[in-house]
Amino acid sequence: MKGQQAVRLHPDHKLKSVKQSLLMKDIIRDRWLYLILLPGMLYFVVFKYVPMLGLMMAFENYQPHLGFLNSPWAGFKHFERFFTEPQFWTLFRNTILLAIYNLVFFFPLPIILALMLNEVRQKLFKRFAQTLLYLPHFVSWVVAVGIFYILFTTEGGIVNEFIAKLGFEKIPFMLSEDWFRTMIVSQSIWKEAGWGTIIFLAALAGVDLQLYEAARMDGAGRWRQLWHITLPAIRSTIVILFILRLGSFLDTGFEHIFLMLNSMNREVGEVFDTYVYMKGLTQGQYSYSAAVGLFKSLVGLVLVLGANWAAKKFGEEGIY
Amino acid sequence: MTYKRSPGETVFSWFNIGFMLSLCFVTLYPFIYILFASISDPAEMARFRGMLFYPQGFSLDAYKAVLENPMVATGYRNTLFYVTAGTIINLIMTTLGAYALSRRNVYFKNSIMLIIVITMVFNGGLIPSFLLVNNLGMLNTPWALLLPGAISSFNLIIMRTAFQGIPVSLEESARIDGANDWIILSRIIIPLSMPVIAVMILWYAVGHWNSYFHALVYLRDRELFPLQLVLREILISNSTDNMMTGAAAGDRMDIGLTIKYATIVVSTLPILVLYPFLQKYFVHGVLIGALKE
Repeated sequence: MKGQQAVRLHPDHKLKSVKQSLLMKDIIRDRWLYLILLPGMLYFVVFKYVPMLGLMMAFENYQPHLGFLNSPWAGFKHFERFFTEPQFWTLFRNTILLAIYNLVFFFPLPIILALMLNEVRQKLFKRFAQTLLYLPHFVSWVVAVGIFYILFTTEGGIVNEFIAKLGFEKIPFMLSEDWFRTMIVSQSIWKEAGWGTIIFLAALAGVDLQLYEAARMDGAGRWRQLWHITLPAIRSTIVILFILRLGSFLDTGFEHIFLMLNSMNREVGEVFDTYVYMKGLTQGQYSYSAAVGLFKSLVGLVLVLGANWAAKKFGEEGIY
Repeated sequence: MTYKRSPGETVFSWFNIGFMLSLCFVTLYPFIYILFASISDPAEMARFRGMLFYPQGFSLDAYKAVLENPMVATGYRNTLFYVTAGTIINLIMTTLGAYALSRRNVYFKNSIMLIIVITMVFNGGLIPSFLLVNNLGMLNTPWALLLPGAISSFNLIIMRTAFQGIPVSLEESARIDGANDWIILSRIIIPLSMPVIAVMILWYAVGHWNSYFHALVYLRDRELFPLQLVLREILISNSTDNMMTGAAAGDRMDIGLTIKYATIVVSTLPILVLYPFLQKYFVHGVLIGALKE
């Protein structure tokens, strides 16, 4: 702004050099500001953009002693290997299925829960319920999964004791392929569904109460009020959270899944993230696993941009 | 309100409250079970089957075993260090960045913001980051847990939005008095932004306390392990054996389980005790985060 003003004062001089010297002058005058900016910039360059450049190792046969710049070129070899590997489809299926399960079974729950909490008229009880339901969010995944192990084990776990009492056979929940996805989604629900209501409750609190009164005058019952007032009021929040969710569709949560993985359920539990960890860090196949990671990131990127575009198409505000 | 409820609505209200109560029970009961089981007598607890509503006998042996375990103690100390140092670094870096980018007279501000937003939707991923940390010589040092996550782009943007909301007139009058940006930041902006800073401290600190991924990837030396990695070994990989040398073989299984319960209590208690007092800040944090969108 200051630059433009000054330029207008010297219309017939060499604009470029004037602009440049003004830039330098501004920077020197605001030297504190740029000094303050520096650490953050350095951080993003070193820890965010250098790894992005490092992704070129996915097209190389990376060798630690040669580094990113001198390792021999490999073209799309690693991608070809990944796509032709029989495990590719297993990983693909596992990741997508978990993501879909989360979207279908987890995503709507905070909305429903928020609507139900919103209907609770007893203020004190509502506050109490909220405090309790938020609580598991603050427990680490290690503890959450650890608690599930304790409650669901076949050796005296409370759930299996109950099943046995009813006369059924005990189920090895934590070691079974059939139950893996159910367990993952239930754990996510137990830990995060309550916390997820906050944003919807805030949106609900913003609804003008006069709307409800007017609707009641016109004879609308609770269901009609819900359908015509409450849901439209939180629609844009739902859409935005849905976009964000789609954007991280393939992020199945490494910290969570890795704890649940064991030799008995690897066939259904291994997802892209854990595969990258195993191939890259435990087996040292750096270039190959970087290629897998890049593939996952690119699909994720397409999903965010696509979801955002679709939201704008439907007349909602996007996130960008 | 003069509005009269229909019988159906009354039924719904009661059903709703009943449903909420059962949800609260499902949420809370696992914690209660663990707490009671941890102070129960190991042998009685091993015989016990079914719902637990009070401790079976009483014994603090498990807590003794946990607190005497050198790995738990080291893990605790390490985690306290990572939480403190990590949060301080997070806070300094995020505040500085957010301040600079909230000023109107910074050159290339929009390009820099774009550069930051891009990192939220695309990143180099695990392997290049691991190799970077390795090449910087930070592998297997505490730095690997402190620096790579020093700024969360999301938090930076939230803080910047908060800073932008502070009236410019305050800054202008300070400038007339000869204040530079450093003085404006430290004497005006930070004191006026304590609510958002409190939210940042909580978010970053809970993140450090609960996460184990970076430690799993970057640390080899067991002396550096944070609590969560130690917990993972005890709870998931079932390695309670080295904690009960001296116990008779039959008692081992029993006390092994109670040790798990006690470990969970010891590692979770600080957060659960602090949480009710801090809840409003957390909720506030979610909401200022949502405003940005």
